[in-house]
This record gives sequence, structure tokens and C-alpha cells, in this order.
Amino acid sequence: MTKQLTRDDLLKAYRTMRTIREFEERLHTDFATGEIPGFVHLYAGEEASATGVCMNLGPEDHIASTHRGHGHCIAKGVDPVGMMAEIWGRKTGTCKGKGGSMHIADLSVGMLGANGIVGGGGPLVCGTALAAKLRGQPYVSVCFFGDGASNQGTIFEAMNLASVWNLPVIFLAENNGYAEATSSNFSVACDNIADRASAFGMPGITVDGFDFFAVYEAAGAAIERARQGGGPSLVEVKLSRYYGHFEGDQQTYRAPGEVQNIRDTKDCLLQFARRVTTSGQITQAELAAIDAEVKALIDGSVVKAKSDPKPTEADLLTDVYVSY
Amino acid sequence: MARKITYQQAINEALDQEMGRDQNVIVMGEDVAGGAGSPGEQDAWGGVLGVTRGLYHKHPGRVIDTPISESGYVGAAIGAACVGMRPVAELMFVDFLGVCFDQIFNQAAKFRYMFGGKAETPVVIRAMYGAGFRAAAQHSQCLYNLFTHIPGLKVVVPSNPYDAKGLLIQSIRDNDPVIFLEHKALYTMEGEVPEEIYTVPFGEAAVVREGHDVTIVAIGRMVQKAQEAAADLQKQGIHCEIIDPRTTSPLDTDTILESVEKTGRLVVVDESHPRCSMASDIAGLVAENAFGSLKAPIRQVTGYHAPVPFSDALEELYIPSAAKIIAAAKSVKEYK
Repeated sequence: MTKQLTRDDLLKAYRTMRTIREFEERLHTDFATGEIPGFVHLYAGEEASATGVCMNLGPEDHIASTHRGHGHCIAKGVDPVGMMAEIWGRKTGTCKGKGGSMHIADLSVGMLGANGIVGGGGPLVCGTALAAKLRGQPYVSVCFFGDGASNQGTIFEAMNLASVWNLPVIFLAENNGYAEATSSNFSVACDNIADRASAFGMPGITVDGFDFFAVYEAAGAAIERARQGGGPSLVEVKLSRYYGHFEGDQQTYRAPGEVQNIRDTKDCLLQFARRVTTSGQITQAELAAIDAEVKALIDGSVVKAKSDPKPTEADLLTDVYVSY
Repeated sequence: MARKITYQQAINEALDQEMGRDQNVIVMGEDVAGGAGSPGEQDAWGGVLGVTRGLYHKHPGRVIDTPISESGYVGAAIGAACVGMRPVAELMFVDFLGVCFDQIFNQAAKFRYMFGGKAETPVVIRAMYGAGFRAAAQHSQCLYNLFTHIPGLKVVVPSNPYDAKGLLIQSIRDNDPVIFLEHKALYTMEGEVPEEIYTVPFGEAAVVREGHDVTIVAIGRMVQKAQEAAADLQKQGIHCEIIDPRTTSPLDTDTILESVEKTGRLVVVDESHPRCSMASDIAGLVAENAFGSLKAPIRQVTGYHAPVPFSDALEELYIPSAAKIIAAAKSVKEYK
């Protein structure tokens, strides 16, 4: 049984989703100026997934993420100020400016890293889950992966391994409809990614990824099952990304008006706000106050990132090994 | 107290002693117990060549059979290492690297750097390598050079039972990812090995034989071949110094360079393919840093730029022999 959400939980969930949205919208704006190095893959539109899942997790639980990892990082508790500095390539960044957008990790909060390799995280969470199981600890591991990664052998191997070893792992498929520019209608051979669960001897469920509450409930049930020793599950959330595969992608493969229509009718933040204000649990003023605080936080993170120092030559060859 | 045991027994003993010392040490791989889920013995094999035999019952729950899913379980070992376990994953044949390389070189090797020094991945990946078993092209390669190329990995190639035990214990205790490669033709080699726990440090080459005419740097099993060659050359009045790097990453460059500065001549013996090999790497190192000491061109004795063949008639031609090492050493000694 998933834990009933308190008022504080709802405020926290909204703050998390709003922080992710603000972080990503700000990166979208700033990337266009050409000041941000490399490339970034934005999570805007998918906030309910990371938040709905991670609201069920504690700091000792682990997640593995993807190249579209900013949302997972924020939802798992990585400091957005350090993340912004990292994306700007600063020494003060989460990874000292050595990883960048695709490799933000913070093991101190159970975040095993965004990952530049599609499907790379599946085997890794089997390891963190195995460690918890061998130590007799009630911790679970979640592997976020996309519809693209759903076709990778590493994910198949990891799902089979997790079942064979009865590991506390949740395979969390974020199906946003596109692997880069290729539609999941083309690339995924079955109707739903969750249909594959039965092939690996685990339960599978498909949920509406625009609905925070649906994700929270479905992921919560799978996580609780895993914590009790019930083994792995596959949860597929269907959602959409508002921006391209990476910034600069004009998304001409999408239908005209597709994104705008989703923003207008399904947006996870709008749905969440409507529900909690209609029910009277939270007021519009409280949400507006969070919006303002989050905006100030992200504005501040950008100001700081821009003025923070870059790494220097002295940093080039450090951190390759613990000792060599 | 030292007694004579085989290379294979030395590896088994290192695993056994470290598992006894530290509960975080686990062993996983295909048939490392050998029999999981079967109606008969649960540890029928103890590894495909019996290297992990007996560990399953001594260390309950920590010798773990896996599906034939190298990416899956090697990745799992890496993930477990990130949270403080000390997994030893067995890849069986190093050739199977091809199906899990991403987890090794994009994940394990890079975590520490990508994450700004905030990760440790104390995983050991054991694998058999090398030719001589008529095992053909997909079960006979060396490939240590591929791992050596990747920053973040350490690569260990023990040439004898003493080093195998000490280097494996060091590998398990080391806080970086280690690739530990065992030449299958060495498994039956006997040598003096202390019963006690000890470590052999990484990056410290062994001077296996001293001499002043020719430096022979030999990798793994090739140390044996070099010793055969050196004994013969001694009779012909050529005194070889044999250096066994023991680890190719880190590589003890000082010992190699000091020896070449003394002898002025270098032969590198490496069983692997010649291009982008340890042989070419060490030759380049010496050419760049000890050019002034060289009295003759550097010679490389290696396998060929061809897959390892099956037929014994071809495989024996493929593997560097003592005769080839002798010819190379004589050619540099006699070079005018």
C-alpha cells in the first residue's frame, strides 16, 4: 500500500516538479545564447515521472538515470545549484566540471549518475540491489530508461538477471514517444513496453506519465513490493518531452502543434495544481509562493554558475584513479 | 610458510582468503559455482576450469552463478562496487569482453573522473586469456592492450603462482577497477607460494633475471618463454635481463628504462597482435625516452596481425617461441 500523501508531501512534490521545470526552461533559454558548452537533453514535460517515483524513495535507495537526467537528479535530491554549475563547466559543479550534463551523479544521495550510454544503467542497479539484498537491507534500486533503451540488450539482460536473483529493482520505462527522432511506434515491437515484463517473469504496468498521482501510486506499489522481497517490476510511464532530443533539435519529425497541444491539455504541473487547489488541500497562493522561491533559486544558480571559476590545468589529471 | 602450489591453486587461495577476511568480497560469473538451479550438485564445476572450486560451500551466498549475460552481471558487479561491495566478476574467456565492454570502459573506468572524484569502483574482473589450447580465434586472444588503453582501469597479468596470489589480493583490496588476466597455459604451473596473506604492489616490475647485454621485456606467459630463451643465450655468451612488468597499467616505466640504459638493447615479447600492442607501447616508450642509450633497433616478438588459428600446426607458428626470442636477441646483440 502506497503511503498516503500529506499536505507537506504535496507541497514537496509541487516544489520538485516546479524546480525541474524552471531548471530546464532556464537551460533552454540560456543554451540558445551559445554560452552553455556541449549539449543538453531537457526533461521538461516529464517531471511527474521522476517526482512520482522518487517521492517513494529514501536517501539509501538508488537510482540510475539517462542522458535526459536533470529531472531524476533533482527529484533524488542532488543540489540544483551544483548541477547548474556543472552544466556550465565550473569547478564548483557537482562533478567539478568533469562530467557535464550527461554525467551528473551524487552517490551521497543515491544518484548513480545520468548516463551517456543508452541502457547503461540497467546492469548497474542490479548491482546496488544485489548489495542491499546481500546485506539484508530494505533498500530498492530504480533504473530510469527511455523507449530507446527499452530495445537495448543491457535492459533485457538486467531484467532477466533481476528476476533470476529476485532483486529489489524497478525498471522505470519513460516512454516519451521518441528515441532521438525515431518514433517508438516504429522502434518498439510491442504495443506497450510494459508488455515485455511477462517475458522476464515480473509484473508490468503502463501508467499516464502526465499524472503525478498515477505515477506515484504505480511506482509506489512496485517499490513496496520490492522492499518486501517480492522482486522486480517494470513500470512504463507514457509521457512527452517538450523540447527536442537535444537542444537545437527542431523536432520536424513531430506533428505540427503536437507539443503545444500537450502543454495546453496534459501538462503535469497544470494538472497537479488544478487537482490540489480544487480539492482545497493547497491554495493558489501557496503554489505561487513556491513558484517565486524556485525562480529565485534557479536565477541565483545561474548567476553563481556564470561567475564561478572553471577548472584549471591542475584538475586535468586528478580523479582518474583513487591511486596509481 | 611457502609450499609449491599451482597458479590455479594460488588464485583460488587468494579468493578464499580474501572472502574469509572481508564479507564484502563476492564472486560472480558463469558457473563459478556451476550447478545453480540444477537437480544435482550446486557447485558441480567451480568455474569452467575449476579455479573457484570449493569456494561455494566455504562462503555461503557469496559465490553466485549468473545467466550467460556478461553485460548484465559485469555491470551488476560494477554497480555493487559503487556501494562498497568488493565483487570479483569472472568473464571466463577475455574474448567475451566484446559483449560487455561498455560496462567496463564507459561505466566502471570513467565513474571516478566523470563524477569529479566522488566515486570508487573497487571491482575486479577476472578472465582467462592467451593461445595454446587449440581453442581458436574466439577463445585465445590476449586483449590486455585494449584495457591498458583505457584510463581508469588497472590491468594485471601475473606470470607465476606467487605473483598470481599476491596480485589478486592486491586487486581485491584496490579501490579502482582492476582487470585481472590469467593465462590458461599457466594454470598448471607450480611455484613457491606462501600460505600467508600477502600483496604484490601494482606498477612494480620484477627483474626476473639480470644481465647486461639485452633487455627482454616479456608479458604474462611470455616471461616463461623469455627465460627459456635467456638460458640458451647464456650458453652462447649473451646475457639477457628479463623484466616482467606484472601490471600493464600502471606500467613500471622506470625499471624498463633503467635496464635499457644499462644494456642498450631491447626485445619486447608480447603474445598479442602486434598493432597498438604492449610491445609497440613499450618500444615507443623506450624510443622516446632512452634513444641515446640504444645500440641497436628495438625488436618486437609478437603474434601476428591475424586471428589465432585452430590447427596445432598453425597455432604453434602463431605463438612467440623461445627460438624467435633467441633470434631477436642475437640480432640486436650482433647489430653493427
